[in-house]
Amino acid sequence: MKKLAAIFTAVVMLASPFVASASPQQDLKDFRAFFKNKFPETPMNDFINGVYSIHKASREQWEAFEEFPSYEIYIDKGEALFNDTKFANGKGFKNCFPTAQKGIKGEYPYFDNKTGKVVTLEGDINKCITSNGSEKWGWKKGKMAYLSAYLAYQTRGQTIKVATPKGEAALAAYNVGKTHFYAKRGQLNMSCADCHYYYSGNKIRADILSPALGHVSHFPVYRNKWAKKSGDGMGTLHRRYGGCNKQVRARPFKAQSAEYSALEYFHTYMSNGLKWNGPGQRK
Amino acid sequence: MRISARIVNTAASLAVLIGCLSLATPAVSVAENADAVEAGKEIAFSKKKGNCLACHDIKGGKLPGNIGPPLIAMKARFKKEDLKNQISDARVKNKHTIMPPFGPHQILKADEIEKVVEFIYTL
Ligand code: HEC
Ligand code: HEC
Repeated sequence: MKKLAAIFTAVVMLASPFVASASPQQDLKDFRAFFKNKFPETPMNDFINGVYSIHKASREQWEAFEEFPSYEIYIDKGEALFNDTKFANGKGFKNCFPTAQKGIKGEYPYFDNKTGKVVTLEGDINKCITSNGSEKWGWKKGKMAYLSAYLAYQTRGQTIKVATPKGEAALAAYNVGKTHFYAKRGQLNMSCADCHYYYSGNKIRADILSPALGHVSHFPVYRNKWAKKSGDGMGTLHRRYGGCNKQVRARPFKAQSAEYSALEYFHTYMSNGLKWNGPGQRK
Repeated sequence: MRISARIVNTAASLAVLIGCLSLATPAVSVAENADAVEAGKEIAFSKKKGNCLACHDIKGGKLPGNIGPPLIAMKARFKKEDLKNQISDARVKNKHTIMPPFGPHQILKADEIEKVVEFIYTL
């Protein structure tokens, strides 16, 4: 953060080929068709594997990692948190998530018409904690990431099926997320779409840019880079969003802000039809 | 040439100003030019400054990206002025470009852009 002397908050929409008026269904169709066309050799279901779905050499390395995945112990920690956490009033996570073992990650994100907000799994985890009288957890790593890893694991193999945004408020939230995705931002003036749509498959320095299709499927994720930097490597989707905003010297939003929740809503809807695959492991 | 301070603040006139300054730049000696080339290379390769290697293959640089075209045969293909404009604000030629607007967004100062031009002109 200190290094970001010149942080730009301005967002430039003028230059992006973005059509706010297209329906979400049409967006989804176009999004899938774009990647299908760009990476004809990648089977649609394989896009959940990020950069490894489009680059053979990195895939082999990654598959070796996946034999003894670094996230495994964090699934166990998450399971223990789920079973053993006692809130101030004596209740536990089972009271909030009685069907967790069946896989509930697929119920998120969704737009709640009553509150007018996008609801995320992490949001509901902290809501469960605070409504039972305990202190909420940090949003981006640690216990939040472990419990969410456990819940994601229970959901593996299920299909991503975010309900199509309906009604003015839900569409507005969807469009906030869509705008974030296509808008140029930061001092470097780049959009998510620049790196993960138009130039996905290209190299930025030594990194191959992953396709945005399937991006959300495997979160939370264990990143070697995060492990090296501090702590254990586990992090949530919104932690990643913050990192990608900072890369272009833009001021990141707060994890679980309305902005990132809207981005998650759009981003997840764009992966509808693919399978949940979390937690994942990445460089 | 009288330009009010207020107008100078706008990105568009900043680009014009950079253009004017360059016309006024006197011919530099060979030694000065060698220094500028060296300095330009450093700026172009530095992650905090140009970071051109993120997207362009450049002779002498390691692990280049391939988002933009390799920077080769610059002298044969470009006038210095065009290179300066491209680096200062790539949006002029391609409004959707992913290449950062180094001038208007103050990623590089005008004299740094000049040096980068001197460097890539040797490629
Ligand atoms: C300057 C280029 C750049 C921009 C702009 C950018 N990213 Fe990234 N992003 C990367 C790189 C490099 C990686 C690591 C390699 C990869 O998986 O693509 C990455 C990784 C990711 C991942 C993890 C992928 C995985 O499989 O685990 C997500 C999710 C992501 N970016 C989302 C975004 C979003 C959303 C935005 C906009 C807010 C964004 N990125 C903007 C460069 C960028
Ligand atoms: C994030 C990517 C990115 C970065 C960083 C970047 N460029 Fe570019 N550059 C491009 C792309 C893409 C093009 C192709 C034209 C376009 O799309 O605007 C380009 C085009 C050019 C061209 C025209 C080349 C030709 O053959 O037509 C020059 C010269 C150039 N860049 C120089 C630089 C220099 C010097 C730097 C660093 C100070 C730099 N670029 C940084 C992406 C980038």
